Amino acid sequence: MDSKGTPVSITLPESVQVFRNLKTAKRFAIDIGGSLTKIAYYSTIPYRRVSYDKDSAEDAQNDTFTYTLSEGARLHFVKFETKYIADCLNFIAAHLVNSHEEMTGKSIKATGGGAYKYTNLIHEKLGLSVDKEDEMLCLIKGCNFLLKNISDEAFMYHRNGNPEYEFQTAHTNIFPYLLVNIGSGVSIMKVESEEKYERIGGTATGGGTFWGLGCLLTNAKGFDELLELAEKGDHRHVDLLVRDIYGGDYKSLGLPGDLIASSFGKICHKKDKNENLTEEDVARSLLFAISNDIGQIASLYAMIHNLKKVYFGGYFLRNHPLSMHTISYSINYWSRGGVQSLFLRHEGYLGAIGAFLKGAEEWDGDKYSWLENYAGSSGLKTGSLLLESNVPVHQLELDRWEPALTYCPLLKDPANYVPDTVDLNADQEAREYWLKCFEEKIDTFVTRAKSSQPHNDTANERAMLFKEKYIKRLQHLKIQPFAYGNLTVRSLLDTIEHYLREFDFPDPFLLQRQQENDYTLTMLKNRLNELDQMEVNVRHKELIVSFLAGNIFDWGAKEIAKILDTQTFGFEQAKEKIPSRPWLIDNLDKWIARMKDPPYKKVAIFVDNSGADIVLGVLPFVRELLRQKIKIILCANSAPALNDVTYTELTILLKKVSGICSIIEKAVNDETLIVIENAQSGPCLDLSRLGKELAEELRTTDLIVLEGMGRAVHTNLDAEFTCDSLKIAVIKNPWLAKRLGGDMFAVICKFEQVTN
Amino acid sequence: MEDVIVCGKKGILHFIRFPTAEMSNFLDLAKKKGMAKLVTTVCATGGGAFKFEDAFRQEVNMRLEKYDEFDSLIRGMLFVEANNPQEVYYWADPTDEEKCHKVTYDFSQPYPFIVVNIGSGVSILAVYGPNNYKRISGTSLGGGTFLGLCCLLTRCSTFEEAIELAAGGDNKKVDKLIRDIYGGSYERFGLTGELVAASFGQMISKEKRDSVSKEDLARATLVTITNNIGSIARMSALNEKISKVVFVGNFLRVNEISMKLLAYAMDYWSGGTLKALFLEHEVDSSLYVLVLFGLTLTLDPFYAALAVILKI
Repeated sequence: MDSKGTPVSITLPESVQVFRNLKTAKRFAIDIGGSLTKIAYYSTIPYRRVSYDKDSAEDAQNDTFTYTLSEGARLHFVKFETKYIADCLNFIAAHLVNSHEEMTGKSIKATGGGAYKYTNLIHEKLGLSVDKEDEMLCLIKGCNFLLKNISDEAFMYHRNGNPEYEFQTAHTNIFPYLLVNIGSGVSIMKVESEEKYERIGGTATGGGTFWGLGCLLTNAKGFDELLELAEKGDHRHVDLLVRDIYGGDYKSLGLPGDLIASSFGKICHKKDKNENLTEEDVARSLLFAISNDIGQIASLYAMIHNLKKVYFGGYFLRNHPLSMHTISYSINYWSRGGVQSLFLRHEGYLGAIGAFLKGAEEWDGDKYSWLENYAGSSGLKTGSLLLESNVPVHQLELDRWEPALTYCPLLKDPANYVPDTVDLNADQEAREYWLKCFEEKIDTFVTRAKSSQPHNDTANERAMLFKEKYIKRLQHLKIQPFAYGNLTVRSLLDTIEHYLREFDFPDPFLLQRQQENDYTLTMLKNRLNELDQMEVNVRHKELIVSFLAGNIFDWGAKEIAKILDTQTFGFEQAKEKIPSRPWLIDNLDKWIARMKDPPYKKVAIFVDNSGADIVLGVLPFVRELLRQKIKIILCANSAPALNDVTYTELTILLKKVSGICSIIEKAVNDETLIVIENAQSGPCLDLSRLGKELAEELRTTDLIVLEGMGRAVHTNLDAEFTCDSLKIAVIKNPWLAKRLGGDMFAVICKFEQVTN
Repeated sequence: MEDVIVCGKKGILHFIRFPTAEMSNFLDLAKKKGMAKLVTTVCATGGGAFKFEDAFRQEVNMRLEKYDEFDSLIRGMLFVEANNPQEVYYWADPTDEEKCHKVTYDFSQPYPFIVVNIGSGVSILAVYGPNNYKRISGTSLGGGTFLGLCCLLTRCSTFEEAIELAAGGDNKKVDKLIRDIYGGSYERFGLTGELVAASFGQMISKEKRDSVSKEDLARATLVTITNNIGSIARMSALNEKISKVVFVGNFLRVNEISMKLLAYAMDYWSGGTLKALFLEHEVDSSLYVLVLFGLTLTLDPFYAALAVILKI
């Protein structure tokens, strides 16, 4: 690496997008079903992180930064049709660095009906011995894992509804629930905790019945073809409806006329057996019969056992809209709305995840959290990737986060907390705007990414690949906004970060942030003097205005980036942009009044940008609170995103500020001012995923301050807390400002007090 | 039934059944025989009472007095039971071909009980008292599904044919059993190897499809439909906390296979807490009550049945 920390050469990311990172693959598991096989493995990913050199930072004049290589862990799940199992095993064998000999003696966890049948094949191809694991146990383990870790994993399906997919937030309190696994047959399990579960029933009318009867009744070649037929048919040619018997609704019993009275009931009435009857009609009738039946039986079990939530797994559903709709309808009908049917985005992976976790029990539990990697995962209903041009596969990749993440203890209603203010799945106008906005903005990221690695000869190419892939994703999201769970400004921003890391641009804004911090530090002393001259009421108002003015310096906002790039735009100019009062949301008077009351004990501030924002906006505000003997926690991003100040940078920054301001120096030394990382790696804030250390500190916090568009507008604008909260932001997007009823630079100053 | 007294009239109660599809022929016959001269109003129930109302008025100038199907069904059952103490029975030792036999059940204290009426579809009613019942569940997988699927799978055309085929078949050649998946029993969950894991599950293989007979397919269809009805009936009964379950309806006519399967399944899966009951005259029991009013007719999508009292 050269002195600026830019490595001389970086290898291009693997062109193969399937079965990635096999070179560092460790510990395999496999789930072999009758139709689909899923392979799981774990790999280590070298992450290049850019960081300041902590030691040299002691000497504030001579700070440098370097790239350090750290190792992350990633879980890979690859799904393909069982008929390709030999191709896939061959591919793995050919790409493993570990030789056949090295694998010998090691084992692979296996589950699913085919685990027995393919034992020899696995041993022959990979040299691994096969350790069979109980299928149901694996399913439940996998289900628990997904529900606890993956945001928007479970959803309710509303055909023709808006939104069509209603996603549920990940939560630790997932029990009890009913798991209905629809494989060849159906198994119904009551799950009360990680350890306590039982199979309470099932039915033989399942996926195998649909498939088997479908093969007998149509010419479909496989399961998916049957589903395609069903999508096109009209069951009314096959089924006897209530209307066919009663001429209309059966009113006294409340049975609507188009309710199916007898599946296939019309067949025997037809004189000519082929009259008006297509195989599409038959397939549809069959799908309805089986899905309705499963839904009814599941809801009966749920009611008998007093369970409100039913999750579905197994190969039958495949997130097929018509089947999900029929099952949801059936469950809702038979339980009279008392039981919720929930589907999983990654239902196909349950067994493989469970089997993998069985082989890695030390990973199971509270030690780690996992995040879906948007760059490496297939979405709902996305087309498959191709392995060696002929084997279609889908995949899921999860990045490990250590330590485990938890809820912000200050949330009023953690079970129903949704970080995002707007659900772009449901809001078409907002969706169209933001997708277009991100598409237009992507070039600024490309430019920035390239210029962050000026000496690297692959930077151009990687930057273009980054752009191409991101644009492709945006285009896909236009058609399938639900592909990766709730589509939100946050998920779009996170996706950029995932792709940037994917193409080895770990931190394009690093230099920018550093320069801004250094520049604004030179202005801090004068600014503090100015503030100290002011009468206390005036100062309290001025501190909020400065806070807001600082927040204008945001490279994430398209409009602002233009101003910042082309003009000499200083802090004074920013203050002038702050509109006159009353602001869009204006609780300033309430805040100033509160400042006269006995002070808070502990204040947590979730900070936003580097430069003027943190140095001239946040720190003077912090200093004022420190004067009142309040303990302050500054919560900064763990990983870099845009020009948001990171945890490591802020730590160093405070040391530098200590040389300028004695109040801050004292507070840093006696730890009344501390910085804690917030476990976020994007410009928004998900308060359901905070590090344990921060969560612990927040328990005794009596004021939470959220700053900036990402943390207080795109997310958390409507979040309610058990303590007082102050949300401060300037809206730097004319479209969003207008939508919220204001103009460009509209101000959010939302101060909410809890009444005791 | 002989010597039945209805409204002070004593006589032989006749039941005549014919396929609903033959309704137009029946109406022709009724016209020729001058049935309309005997009565002007016919009490009718079943879905067809609505559907054929106009045809009756136009063809034979008879008015159909419609009675709710389920009211008739329940009152009919109780009427039959009151007239014939031997009416209700259960199957003892349903799994044992040799020992299996009918045993009369004392139904003099009937309430509460569940009625599972298996016609083309299935309705499940909970009956708490003489005029107190509700439809608690049902399924579209019923007799019509059995017949419809059998027509498609075996090219048969009547219920009797389908049942006959089923009697000679083996569903184990069609269904996937627990042992086909796990090599034996799935002991962790107490599932024996002989249990059906997936109905028609073996039919995903072309080889197996080619080697299977019409009879096997008919049997598998019958077993699938029957077991499914059994499951839903059992859980509905559990949900209502009612232990007596009476199965009635056209589907059980000439269909001992299903009755025995239901008897076994109810007993096995409920650990003996539920009792599957059947009626000697289960077919068209809804007619009986309507007999009170003279000439009656039941019009279900499959069969129409007629009850007439001919005075001695």
